[in-house]
Amino acid sequence: MDGGVTLSLLKKGAEAYLYIDDWFGFKVIRKVRVPKSFRVSILDEQLRRFRTVNEAKLLIESRRCGVPTPIVFDVDLLKTTIIMEFIEGELLRDLLPSLSKVERKSICRKIGEYIGLLHSNGIVHGDLTTSNMILLDGKVYFIDFGLGEFTREVEAMGVDLHLMLRALESTHYSLAEECFRSVVDGYSSVFNMAERVLRKVEEIRMRGRYVSERRRKS
Amino acid sequence: MLILGIECTAHTFGCGIASSTGEILVNVNDEYIPPTGGIHPREAARHHSAVAPEILGRAFEEAGVEARDIDGIAISLGPGLGPCLRTGATVARALSIYLNKPLIPVNHCVAHIEIGRLTCKIDDPLVVYVSGGNTIIAAYVEGKYRVFGETMDIALGNCLDVFARRAGLPHPGGPYVEKLAKAGSNFIKLPYVVKGQDVSFSGLLTAALRKLEEGYRLEDLCYSLQEVAFSMICEVAERAIAHTRKRKVLLTGGVAANKRLQEMLRQVAAEHDAIFKVVPREYARDNGAMIAWTGTLCLRHNIVLPVEESYVRPRWRLDRVDVPWMEA
Repeated sequence: MDGGVTLSLLKKGAEAYLYIDDWFGFKVIRKVRVPKSFRVSILDEQLRRFRTVNEAKLLIESRRCGVPTPIVFDVDLLKTTIIMEFIEGELLRDLLPSLSKVERKSICRKIGEYIGLLHSNGIVHGDLTTSNMILLDGKVYFIDFGLGEFTREVEAMGVDLHLMLRALESTHYSLAEECFRSVVDGYSSVFNMAERVLRKVEEIRMRGRYVSERRRKS
Repeated sequence: MLILGIECTAHTFGCGIASSTGEILVNVNDEYIPPTGGIHPREAARHHSAVAPEILGRAFEEAGVEARDIDGIAISLGPGLGPCLRTGATVARALSIYLNKPLIPVNHCVAHIEIGRLTCKIDDPLVVYVSGGNTIIAAYVEGKYRVFGETMDIALGNCLDVFARRAGLPHPGGPYVEKLAKAGSNFIKLPYVVKGQDVSFSGLLTAALRKLEEGYRLEDLCYSLQEVAFSMICEVAERAIAHTRKRKVLLTGGVAANKRLQEMLRQVAAEHDAIFKVVPREYARDNGAMIAWTGTLCLRHNIVLPVEESYVRPRWRLDRVDVPWMEA
């Protein structure tokens, strides 16, 4: 964006624009959180700045825990921009339906393991959807940590897993059950508090709007 | 084909008559306004049973239609307040048996979407449905309106109404909050809660009420409450637009009448080159016409219900309903 060079816009997301750039020989993504004119500027700046810093921290920390994430090269807070490694893979959202049952199972299990790793290290992602996972060379990369947080609360972890379930249900409804089961398998295999969190997930589900089972139980 | 629709999920008892060509012949509604406090389901149901005969009579009279000329009775079986639903269902069942016309089960949320699609002439939108009882971001995908975001606790309209009531504003409070917000200038920090695709308003409401007790200026609080709550809605709506790649956005439900929310969502839509439409005021709030119109769609696809199976469905989720008419 400096020096008047026109960068190629890779994606205009809901929250940020992604540009492809060169960073001392590395092919990188510039993730720019653009101002949102619909909301008041105080709130807008507050959200964009917080999420930029937050995301950078979480990307680095998650990588340190063994969860594949893009390498963060630089953060420009004035421009609410993160410069990070470009993972040239495919979004899991687009790929998931075309995978074989066996592949799907193993990938979902791996996702579950990564979520378990994050949680056991006190990190929740905050937006676990298949649009926020990239598949490259058989490896699943987690991206978009802007809504994440550092926390050890079971509630937060439960919300995190519940989001994954919700995302599967709305986007891959026919595969949701099977996929989530594999996620849970992976999750339980690496995280010793998995059982408590899964009970929480059920509790959170029951809290939702118009859950018919809730009435029957009480 | 003419269908009589009866709405009775919460505060409103309404009757509408719609034709299968999309003509709304009549839309008569009567809203229960509690003397104090919020809506007590039983009191609302009592109101419905009291006004039902008159509203029904007026609907037929104003439409110039004889009861025997209608082809079916559509009833909002849910989601909603049990006592209110049962009152409306009783009226509908009686009519169905007396006139020997099919009973058509209509989901209230689907009806809000369908009346929006009809009146705004919009085919496949990303729907932002905000009212006193519901807050849902939905879009049609393979057979059903899928939920791409919703409130995890109270509805947007509920949040605004309760705040207004506690601030001593008249019922319904939403429009008063909107009016006062225009005179607000200082942005007061309030909790902004977006969890993935979902939103939560209960913490925001509590925080706003606490600030009210602390003596902050009411105008500033109304302004800040609206800005934060609407920004949350806009954020999840924007994600849903990006995710579903829908090219149209429809704002429906009671809170759709709020000008500031309209303005904000219009900007969100514009940023994604999407067309933005708002349901007309008359059809934004709960009404009988939307049930009637959705009833015509259901009947065309043979969605009817024997009277003996016509249980009310207080927790009938939007994403559980088949909408075969959406198939291209």
